Amino acid sequence: MSDKPVNTNTSEAPENGEHQFAIDTQNLDLWYGTFQALFDVNLKIRQGMITSMIGPSGCGKSTYLRSVNRINERLGYVRINGNINVFGNNIYDPAVELVQIRKEIGMVFQRPNPLPASIRDNVLFGHRIHNKHMKTNKAEEEEIVENALRTVLLWDKVKDNLNRKATQLSLEEQQKLCIARLLPVKPKILLMDEPCSALDPKGTAAVEELIWELRGEYTILIVTHNMAQARRASEECIFMLMGKVMEHTATEDLFVTPAKKETADYIEGRFG
Amino acid sequence: METRAQNQSLAAEFDRRNMDWYMDKLVQVLVFMGGISAIVFIIGIFAFVTMEGAGFLFDGFSFREFFLSEYWEPSDEDDPEYGILALIAGTASVTGLAMVVAIPFSLGAAIFIGEFATGRTREFLKVLVELLAAIPSVVWGFIGLSIMNPLIIELFDVPVGLTVLNAGIILGLMAAPIMTSIAEDALKAVPDRYREAAEALGATRWEVIFKTVIPAAKNGLLGAVLLGVGRGFGETMAVLMATGHSVNIPGSLFDSVRALTATIAAELGETAVGSEHYQVLFTIGIFLFVITFIINLTADLIVRGVKNQ
Repeated sequence: MSDKPVNTNTSEAPENGEHQFAIDTQNLDLWYGTFQALFDVNLKIRQGMITSMIGPSGCGKSTYLRSVNRINERLGYVRINGNINVFGNNIYDPAVELVQIRKEIGMVFQRPNPLPASIRDNVLFGHRIHNKHMKTNKAEEEEIVENALRTVLLWDKVKDNLNRKATQLSLEEQQKLCIARLLPVKPKILLMDEPCSALDPKGTAAVEELIWELRGEYTILIVTHNMAQARRASEECIFMLMGKVMEHTATEDLFVTPAKKETADYIEGRFG
Repeated sequence: METRAQNQSLAAEFDRRNMDWYMDKLVQVLVFMGGISAIVFIIGIFAFVTMEGAGFLFDGFSFREFFLSEYWEPSDEDDPEYGILALIAGTASVTGLAMVVAIPFSLGAAIFIGEFATGRTREFLKVLVELLAAIPSVVWGFIGLSIMNPLIIELFDVPVGLTVLNAGIILGLMAAPIMTSIAEDALKAVPDRYREAAEALGATRWEVIFKTVIPAAKNGLLGAVLLGVGRGFGETMAVLMATGHSVNIPGSLFDSVRALTATIAAELGETAVGSEHYQVLFTIGIFLFVITFIINLTADLIVRGVKNQ
């Protein structure tokens, strides 16, 4: 597998201008202790698009996702080599503040993880953290909450009991809330780590629809186990295998005319 | 018919009562008895204490005198007075100060052990905390008597060092380890995904702890504090040695006081069995039992509430 990963530029995307790529990853290697999880990853994620990542378990797709907002570092034994540039800034530069990175890059987790507080406090959590020195009055807060919840199509359901504990909502609603609480911070990129895997088909459809609505305004990178989901809900698709990027191209091309044998085998379900 | 006979013999085969079977039954009975004995003993103790105190409780007990009089004069030949107000004030002031000392220490230690320390440091600290919890109370009393006492006299230029301050600090240090260990359990029970969520939203470590982990663990932390209070109420030896043991409603930290528990410990040996004084001491025992029972039950319910969420 020494040959270079294929990166076919999709035709409709603008070819010039600095900001066409939201995330530009250069020669990224990553180790958990002594175990190398990522090998020389080079990825350019287009701005304003939904890019999905697929691959069998342990292929490094979640690891890559979690290194884009550096949440991987919580583990303490992660070592990294290479660069990830987000809108031209290397986020692994020592001068970069984690707080700033996470303001720009929001993350949605596999299991919905609303905080054990009210719905309102959940939506305002990030906002309050990033606007400590600016006093927001009640009316402004209400507006922020309403806007965020409207965007995720949750407002009508919860507007009468915003003080309810967020952990009492259904999983689908919790996951929508987890997306809603990112919005007041105004991130540019949303990372989603299998956001629908804990949801039933109805919830999955609702959240997918929501993600589709959010594209354009946000650059969305979504890891999924579900190939059908990648196919119907993303514009570009990345196939990873054993820590390496095998193929990165427009979703339909990847599924219809995969360039590599491994990709073809995987999407046809011959392994993984 | 033949198959039925076969089945029966098969069933008999499975139903063999061999050594293992009897062993199993024996262990079952032993474990059951062990489990139920705790309840039996507690009820037994309560019954005993109540019976011994009953004579006074149902005859000559005046709520007004018992709870509202500050005169504890059991050895007055003509008219002994049994008012425990000053003793309650003694216990409460010492316990209160102990909590002021113990809460910051134990919460700080629990946060450090639970959220910051990793690997060896963490294990070492946990063992150390358990070790601290195992120091006998008479040793703490000794420290109060022989180290804190002269230190307080020296530092604050007061005539006696056996005061609310002394006992409060000693009791606070005694209660801190057990509170630390329960508070740390409460912090550990907070699912990691809450921390991850807060961190991914841009919270600093400090904000993760103060805005996410502590609110999520607040019931458990409250339970830890209540158990500390229960410990403070029930502690006898250290309090007896460090308070100065003089009946007094304290006006400042530098007054000597006397605690409910210490009174029982000091006086029970000198009373005639069955006398009024003896019965009054047992009535104090009932009072203490009820108070600590309520505190511990509340703490337990609160901590349990956390787990059920």
